[in-house]
Amino acid sequence: MIKVEGLTKRYARTVAVDNISFEVEKGQIVGFLGPNGAGKTTTMRVLTCFLPPSSGTANVAGFDVLENPMEVKKRIGYLPETPPLYPEMEVDEYLHFVGKLKGIPSGEIRRRVDEVTGRCAIGDVRKKLIGKLSKGYRQRVGLAQAIIHNPDVLILDEPTSGLDPKQIIEIREMLKSLAGEHTIILSTHILSEVEHSCERVIIISQGKLVAIDSVTNLTNRLRGSEAVAVEVEPADGHPSPVEVQQRLEQVSGVSRVVMKDSKNGRINFEVESLQGRSVRADLARSVVQSGWNLSELRAVGLSLEDIFLQLTAAEQKEETKQKEEVKVEEGVKQ
Amino acid sequence: MKNVLLICRKELNSYFASPIAYLLMAFFGLIFGFGFYTATRDMVRFSFMAQMQGQMQPQNVNDAIIKPLLGFASTVALFLIPMITMRTFAEEKRTGTIELLMTSPVRDIDIILGKWLGAMLLYLCVLAMSMINIAMLFAWGKPDLKPVLVAYLGLILQGGCLLAIGTFISTTTRNQIVAGGVTFFVCLLLWLLSWFTAFDSSATGSVVNYLSIVTHFENFSKGVIDSKDAVFYLSMIFFCLFLTHRAFESLRWRA
Repeated sequence: MIKVEGLTKRYARTVAVDNISFEVEKGQIVGFLGPNGAGKTTTMRVLTCFLPPSSGTANVAGFDVLENPMEVKKRIGYLPETPPLYPEMEVDEYLHFVGKLKGIPSGEIRRRVDEVTGRCAIGDVRKKLIGKLSKGYRQRVGLAQAIIHNPDVLILDEPTSGLDPKQIIEIREMLKSLAGEHTIILSTHILSEVEHSCERVIIISQGKLVAIDSVTNLTNRLRGSEAVAVEVEPADGHPSPVEVQQRLEQVSGVSRVVMKDSKNGRINFEVESLQGRSVRADLARSVVQSGWNLSELRAVGLSLEDIFLQLTAAEQKEETKQKEEVKVEEGVKQ
Repeated sequence: MKNVLLICRKELNSYFASPIAYLLMAFFGLIFGFGFYTATRDMVRFSFMAQMQGQMQPQNVNDAIIKPLLGFASTVALFLIPMITMRTFAEEKRTGTIELLMTSPVRDIDIILGKWLGAMLLYLCVLAMSMINIAMLFAWGKPDLKPVLVAYLGLILQGGCLLAIGTFISTTTRNQIVAGGVTFFVCLLLWLLSWFTAFDSSATGSVVNYLSIVTHFENFSKGVIDSKDAVFYLSMIFFCLFLTHRAFESLRWRA
């Protein structure tokens, strides 16, 4: 449905998006993830024909954004970061206007407006001025505006920013109900967002593509080793934390043992295993055989947060390394 | 064409949803009414005095009232037009609604024409305020209708021209105040050009004089449609809307 190849966007001095390629299939929800200023909005603006790419191509529903912008625009619903609303209009009036702008035949507009107001739960504010609406309602009117012409592709730039938790859940539910018939790309810098609503993630950082995969794959792939939380409950001050740590380190397959904290008389450890080794059974056995009380043992999955930080940090580290190397070289030259 | 009218209607609605349309109409009506009052009073006084001295030549209403008044209106319009056009694109750029327009399946030229036409219609509404006074003259006097119509045509053409300039300036900034200020300055300059060159018969002088928007109104105000003036206004409108189109396109490239 969406095909981006070698997309680069340069502004006067900076490169906002640097040679990004990806594909999105029909009916998928894809999360576009990256820290602020990573180039998410720029990529979306290229896809919506708001900005032309400096080089590379972007294809939406088989139409190129440069050669056939009209056809692309007809098939895209776009919610920018700040919803594009006219404060002096009533919600109904606004949706009618956008409907006509998107080329819905006038006989159908009323029906479409009824449908999206129902879907976005803004039926009770239809006669209100947009300028008087709360942030949550504005966001929903913005979403209604994006789906009014039933587009094949929905592009949402941070659809949940600035909303309260209840509203965020509502928007998420709405997105889920929209998936399937629409292909959705949503950008966010909130990771739980992606974990909740997306099937696939595209992570970009400083304009470069860092990773593109399904959420589960990404977690698996990056979970290089298994992490296990172990909690031991000593009796009468025995054993001491150091003793336990030493014992755990002796278990085969364990690469690292970190003592987290000890409170309420319990000692918590996080044990990391070597790649591909499952150590949970061995850990339990060694604790029990030593005659200590094992009060908890559970696998700790890496959250998307960790993965994201790992990925973007790795990227940055490499870059600073390169810069340092350049500096050293320059120093040598001097 | 459908899209042009759609944008035009939206523009007009937003003008009338804010106080700006009413303020401009009230302001223009007041100033024009004041001008009308003084012009009529003076004419009545003069013809009264002429009668007292035994001269039986009543002044022509067209020459004594309507012509100077509509000339006055064209000057007042110079000051009102920046207030009409300053928000057209600057406001959309500031609030981000320009993204909606530019990502909708609408041609750029439709957006520009729609906005210009909307501004034009508001300008017509403002001009219509002057008809209240002119109508009075027709009710109680017998002025010639044709020169009045020609003068209004001139006002509309001149207004269209200045509105196109203002629309162009509004695309170049996201700050309404800047858009309004620069448009006002340009309007003023175009007005003053005719002053600077009034007695200058050199080649540059006549070129500069030709560029002044006000000089082309003179013939219209006399009730004469000179194709030279009409062509000047129409080509100026075309040129400014063309510039607007270019500037609008460049928004995408410069972002």
